[in-house]
Amino acid sequence: MSPLSSRHIMTMDDLTPEDITTILDTAESFKEVNERRIKKLPTLRGRTIINLFLEPSTRTRMSFEIAAKRLSADGVNMTASASATVKGESLRDTAKTLSAMACDLIVVRHKYAGAPQVLAECMDAHVVNGGDGMNQHPTQALLDLFTIRQHVGRLEGLTVGIVGDICHSRVAGSLVPALLKVGAKPVIIAPPTLLPARPDVMGAEVATSLDAVLPELDIAYMLRIQMERAEGMPFPSIREYARFYGMNETRLASAKPEMLVMHPGPMNRGVEVSSAVADSPRAIVLDQVNAGVAVRMAVMYLLLGGESGGAAA
Amino acid sequence: MSPGPVERGITRDGGRRIAAVEYRTKAVVMDAEAVDRALTRIAHEILEANKGCSEIALVGIVTRGAELAERLAERIERIEGVSVPVGKVDISFYRDDVATRLSPEVHRTDIPFDVEGRHIVLADDVLYTGRTIRAAMDAIMDYGRPHSIQLAVLVDRGHRELPIRADYVGKNVPTSRKERVKARFAGVDGTDSVEILEEAGAR
Repeated sequence: MSPLSSRHIMTMDDLTPEDITTILDTAESFKEVNERRIKKLPTLRGRTIINLFLEPSTRTRMSFEIAAKRLSADGVNMTASASATVKGESLRDTAKTLSAMACDLIVVRHKYAGAPQVLAECMDAHVVNGGDGMNQHPTQALLDLFTIRQHVGRLEGLTVGIVGDICHSRVAGSLVPALLKVGAKPVIIAPPTLLPARPDVMGAEVATSLDAVLPELDIAYMLRIQMERAEGMPFPSIREYARFYGMNETRLASAKPEMLVMHPGPMNRGVEVSSAVADSPRAIVLDQVNAGVAVRMAVMYLLLGGESGGAAA
Repeated sequence: MSPGPVERGITRDGGRRIAAVEYRTKAVVMDAEAVDRALTRIAHEILEANKGCSEIALVGIVTRGAELAERLAERIERIEGVSVPVGKVDISFYRDDVATRLSPEVHRTDIPFDVEGRHIVLADDVLYTGRTIRAAMDAIMDYGRPHSIQLAVLVDRGHRELPIRADYVGKNVPTSRKERVKARFAGVDGTDSVEILEEAGAR
């Protein structure tokens, strides 16, 4: 009897608005644990959590790893270079192998969209998407919601501008539906070359000028310019992008005085966020990282707790 | 007060929901005055056993244990004129049945003082199997090493499954396992009382 409506968290579609509230409320309690001297709970003793990271990642993997450890679960990490995938094993076979080792939850990051669904099909374990290609990154969206709620006190009715490489961003892929589910208003802001072909299907408002919508924003969520994903240069120069879409002190001054700046990391200082803004108290990037551990603990606790031992249908 | 069903509950077998059950009041074992007198007595007993209140702190188990802790702190302040630190603890993450049963709602643990070296009086409304108390003791230990942990409960209904006993008891109430004991506090439920509930017949 898990309190969540889904066995897996693969996309934001798996979660109802009530599920999101449950996760954020539970994460509040875990945040308190992370402030204690002894940051460890016995809650998931004897459970096995595998971090299958087939794409490079440090902060997300570490965040999941720390979350598992603080809940006393046994975490095992598997990265692309060390895994049998380099020997040609298919994802399906990797999944079956891991399933045979009786793991309880698997966190997967993969360069292709839909990898979590493939795993869920051929494993009994719960699957949490740690980022799949250009599709989704739901725990990032959840920790972003948590951070916003901590700072502003609510989510409903807030206008959140998501600025940058919308087209290649799995962060935006999860954050836009997440904001819509909790009653906030997402606005995607990017040069036309970095917008998806049909931005309207995302359900967010679309703007191509940051300065035009800046005064309305409660949150400016700056995405990283992903050089490794962009084919060719989608804008004339980095300098030009920074000038028109970067958050700097001048822009910060013309925004609402309480507007906060967020970034999923790692930051390209001087590109999407100027160094001065990144170090200002209005940038809450480190709070996002801090929230990440608590939110991931909540996800693990809510997915793994409450199953009737073996008798679950 | 009508004798009709007053409470809904769930019978479980190894954590699985079997049936929704309605409970009705079988007997009122403590009314508001009895609760009031018990609280005053327990407050005096705590002070007597600890020779004052200089080193004690109260920690209640949410929700009604926290309420009990607040009320005891109030009494102690009235008697000694000194305010005692009060905290609350949520035991959801320390339960021994996390795998089969999740708490419907998790509350924040809030222990705003250093437990190191203190005499902690743990408070809960009803003492039953002792499993909740074991979980709460583990939770408190994660905050430091108290000098001692004592236990204050409003009702002890028996049926212990662990070697745990209360130091301060409002009332011993012999019950059957099929019954439920419901403690109510004005701060949470609008009234102070302790009732024994029995099944109104499974539906």
